[in-house]
Amino acid sequence: MVKFVVMSEKDNVATAVSEIRSGTKVNVRIGGRELEVEIKNDIPFGHKFALRDIDVGGNVVKYGEVIGVATKPIKAGEHVHVHNVVSSFVWKAMKEAGER
Amino acid sequence: MSGLEFMGYRRKDGSVGVRNHLLVVSAVSCANHVARRIAEQVKNAVSITHPYGCGHIGEDFLRVWGTLSGLGANPNVAGVLVVGLGCENVTASLIAGEIAKTGKPVEWINIQDEGGSLKAVQRGCELLVEMAGDALDVEREPCGLNELVLGTECGGSDATSGLASNPAVGVVADIVVDAGGTVILPESSEWIGAEHILASRAVNSEVAKKCYDAVEYYVKRAMELGIDFRGAQPTPGNIAGGITTIEEKSLGTICKAGSRPVQDVLGYGEKPKGKGLYLMNEPGLDIESITGLAAAGCQVIIFTTGRGTPAGSPVSPVVKVTANKETFNKMRCDIDVDVSSIIEGEETIEDAGRRILNEVLMVASGKPTKSELIGNMEVAILRAAKYMF
Repeated sequence: MVKFVVMSEKDNVATAVSEIRSGTKVNVRIGGRELEVEIKNDIPFGHKFALRDIDVGGNVVKYGEVIGVATKPIKAGEHVHVHNVVSSFVWKAMKEAGER
Repeated sequence: MSGLEFMGYRRKDGSVGVRNHLLVVSAVSCANHVARRIAEQVKNAVSITHPYGCGHIGEDFLRVWGTLSGLGANPNVAGVLVVGLGCENVTASLIAGEIAKTGKPVEWINIQDEGGSLKAVQRGCELLVEMAGDALDVEREPCGLNELVLGTECGGSDATSGLASNPAVGVVADIVVDAGGTVILPESSEWIGAEHILASRAVNSEVAKKCYDAVEYYVKRAMELGIDFRGAQPTPGNIAGGITTIEEKSLGTICKAGSRPVQDVLGYGEKPKGKGLYLMNEPGLDIESITGLAAAGCQVIIFTTGRGTPAGSPVSPVVKVTANKETFNKMRCDIDVDVSSIIEGEETIEDAGRRILNEVLMVASGKPTKSELIGNMEVAILRAAKYMF
């Protein structure tokens, strides 16, 4: 059985509570609507996948709050972790360094 | 009684208790034994014993006095006897005087004045029995969630805490606040990285600054010890477990207080002045935290755990919740609610939250918690001058 949790209806990521294999299709009920997401990478227990596409610089939202910023374009169903997301603090510092 | 009510004891000052304790407060460690002996002999009596009371100065004096007085003032307490030795600086009469402001019956004795321990035990029992007649002659009546002050705490956390038990308790917190009640979130050392999120929920800029200041204090203290809290988070173990940023890690603990506006940041054991969500600035060591929450007037405390804990308080029932099935099965005698169904994909966070709320209402109406059944009633006070003595 595919298991995952969505903490808040504002979230654009879900957290796997069992390993979810690439290619699995999951149905997510969020804010009263049904959303079908095709998982694009293997997602280990405790790791996140995107519920929607997230652009570079876009907020990653979990617990209804911004937990970080996308550093690469993220497609719905992709693994969301340190390879494509940084802390808002790090993103701000990167922007400031880039502007200099 | 509708679904969102509980049966509580209405006090003279308008507050509502969920227990009807007679509290025997030891003013100083030298009086612990006498306080315990008295409480053992009178129905509904519980004692508060601790290693403090002597040699406190300045803020530390106020902290110990305030906490012991706050525990006595908690609406779960019907009447109080304070037992001192006679030469301590946080005296029995000072504590009794503060508690008496609530209008509840309060007496105090000193062992030196009574002529020794055994006479003090006898005198204490006489005073407590005298008080008990009226103090225990009260009936429970229906009370609304708006009269609840709910404490939240987590300890012995594991991966299931941030994924399931804490967000489920967050559902409870939002329901209580929306119904006009009060929720307190302690553990400011665990807000690091998410202080801007709490500050953005603050009702005004002054409260927002308090959120930042509370965290800055711990970051600076750690820096003095050569530890960079922010730089070292999340840890490699956290990242392997799926936690991506420090914001996510801290939200895993903060989410148990829900998502409503932050009314104020309280000091340790400080009573909230109004309703809604309050934060408490204190470092989050389990027993110190639940003592601080009880001293602030919480009638019930929800405690989430992953690895399991026996924690309990003599004043406020502690409802323990885990989402780790193995922990629940191993420590059934200590844990009240199992929400591992969230991890199993069998129950939503929302539904599990409502189940926890139901347990809280039953406990508030008199159902004993596991720690009450076992008699786990510990007190620890956060010292303000740790390196003084």
